[in-house]
Amino acid sequence: MQAPRLVRVAAPLIIGALVLSACGSKSESGSGSGNITLTLGVIAPLSGDLSAVGNGIKNGVELAIKQANENKTIKGVTLKLDAEDDTAKAEVGAQVAAKLVADSSVIGVVGPLNSSVAKSTAPVLSQANIASISPSNSNVDLTNRGVLATGGTQTRPYKSYFRVCATDDIQGPFAADYAVKDLGKKTIAIVHDKKAYGQGLAEAFAKQAKADGATVLPTETINPGDKDFSAIVTKLKAAKPDFLFYGGEYPEASLLTKQMKAGGLNIPLMGGDGVDAAEYIKIAGASANGDLATALGAPTDSLASAKQFLTDYKAAAYADPADPYGAASYDAANAIIKALAKAVGDGKKSGQAVRDEVTKEVQDSDFEGVTGKISFDQFGDTNTKILTVYSVKDGKFVAAKSGTFGG
Amino acid sequence: MQTFLQQLVNGVVLGATYGLVALGYTMVYGIVQLINFAHGEIYMLGGFGALFTYTVLLPGGTPVVLALVLMLLGGMVVSITAALLMERFAYRPLRGAPRLAPLITALGVSIFLQELVRNFYPAKSPRPFPQLVDPSHQFSLGASVEISAPRLLTVVVAVIGMVALSTFVRRSRTGRAMQATAQDPDTARLMGIDTDRIIVTAFVLGAALAAVSGLASGLQFGTVDPRMGFLTGVKAFTAAVLGGIGNISGAVLGGFTLGIVEVMATQYAPDPFSGGAWKDAWAFVVLILVLVFRPSGLLGERVAARA
Repeated sequence: MQAPRLVRVAAPLIIGALVLSACGSKSESGSGSGNITLTLGVIAPLSGDLSAVGNGIKNGVELAIKQANENKTIKGVTLKLDAEDDTAKAEVGAQVAAKLVADSSVIGVVGPLNSSVAKSTAPVLSQANIASISPSNSNVDLTNRGVLATGGTQTRPYKSYFRVCATDDIQGPFAADYAVKDLGKKTIAIVHDKKAYGQGLAEAFAKQAKADGATVLPTETINPGDKDFSAIVTKLKAAKPDFLFYGGEYPEASLLTKQMKAGGLNIPLMGGDGVDAAEYIKIAGASANGDLATALGAPTDSLASAKQFLTDYKAAAYADPADPYGAASYDAANAIIKALAKAVGDGKKSGQAVRDEVTKEVQDSDFEGVTGKISFDQFGDTNTKILTVYSVKDGKFVAAKSGTFGG
Repeated sequence: MQTFLQQLVNGVVLGATYGLVALGYTMVYGIVQLINFAHGEIYMLGGFGALFTYTVLLPGGTPVVLALVLMLLGGMVVSITAALLMERFAYRPLRGAPRLAPLITALGVSIFLQELVRNFYPAKSPRPFPQLVDPSHQFSLGASVEISAPRLLTVVVAVIGMVALSTFVRRSRTGRAMQATAQDPDTARLMGIDTDRIIVTAFVLGAALAAVSGLASGLQFGTVDPRMGFLTGVKAFTAAVLGGIGNISGAVLGGFTLGIVEVMATQYAPDPFSGGAWKDAWAFVVLILVLVFRPSGLLGERVAARA
């Protein structure tokens, strides 16, 4: 009786183990002659609330890979996509990053979407010296830009981490300049959600608004997930602000603006790129009119350089829209593809050598992407820091002003 | 003074939602000593049920009052069905098991329901909820103290629900059977009370009130989302403990107390502990103080002598 029972338990375990180990050792084939297959990874939220944005990233990369394969950009290499779902959670991000590191065919990664996730994927990917380029991380800590505000010396925390977007320390001040200098706002209320993104954005905004001469009221905070902001609205109303900046994302921002306007506090709400979402307007309805949001980059359809990309994206008939980060992801993927083409040209085709070489070549990137010039400073930040202010008109975000902070 | 009164109104509205959901926690706990952590999801399902009724079942142009009544019924049907299923398949098989088992099960049911809605309700999160009661319509309650129509509705339906429940429990035969079962299930059974049916009744009543709250929340905020039950569930559970878990008036009192403490902390707590960031901390300070001096909550649990 003993033996059969053991077999019955053990058999599925052994089969399971075989299946799992098979997953780990994929795509090593064909390295001997002719065409080899290498992998470009994507880490982005492909399920859950942010899946539309995450799929836009994945699609941008997929398009770049498809074109590289069709045009044979990299001699003797077929590139394939491995898109991993980070579910917008840092701990899941660390797991999928480790999975990509373990796959020796992975030579670069595009993503992740969220700064909080990047904080756990960047150390893992940097350890293996795999170049990762995020289309959207705006948190300052990822390239240690935070020390610039206090006059410290910037050092690079993650040697193979890059991003092609502007950062919160610029997004906040850019928004503040617009509110105070362009709109002439004088008394500004600040609310944020205590998350790294929201708080960083709000603090950078407040600092610049003060420097520009506006009165900034004491900061109020909310909890992510809260729905009832009536207490904060009543409190703020007494201080009579003429403008409110919100550091956080649209689910709370849309309820806040609605409750502000219903509660008789009729002032515009401005947020960062976390507020720049169609859902914001859908939920806030008419209350959203006149509200503002900044976003990284310039609107894709306003760029002459992005016409071809948008046409190709449309032709591919993806279910999710390219905006907000599809074009930037396309550029990020191309930076890695160009780097890989050079590495392969130098004879580096596999193993750690190709990863090291790709990272080095990404650092030296210098080309015109669809969102603008792609080149990086020594800390991994892009040299092209373009931002845009959008305002809500008749139920739509309309670009109001593009530019770069301080320029 | 106006600010204080306006904040008091804000607190009462917030407390009404907490109180309605807290009733479900307290009734179930009172009868089977189960902290049904999935009760927040019943509230969420009430909101989604109402939304589904409006967007899918109702023809366009249904009169507002009729639409509201039907949405409430739709929300209740969904909530009650979910509550019945969870009682039958998740909790009843564990009756008599060590208390930890149903508690963990409740957490599992909670996650299951959240993910079920998140994956299968076709739209992005959070979902816009029809604004049938115009939120810009304000009722004045004296000098510059105002309450918008959907918030007033929230308080009104909450009070109606609470009064109806309390009357039902005190006056009706089934209600008295519930009290008896809460005091001593074994003796209640010996007296001919079908305790299984009483437990189901507690789940159903709790679900119906949670559905009322879910609909009110949708109307008030204009959104429902699969995770709305979590935070409200935690707060409602806190309210139930604050008022004395197992006690029906306690849940209501606890709900209003919690709501008012939260808004007052936002407005008046001394720097640097003021503002929305600390409102929950203050709410829990009050909870801890109450539990230190009255371990069984404000109105005390009716602790039956239990073996």
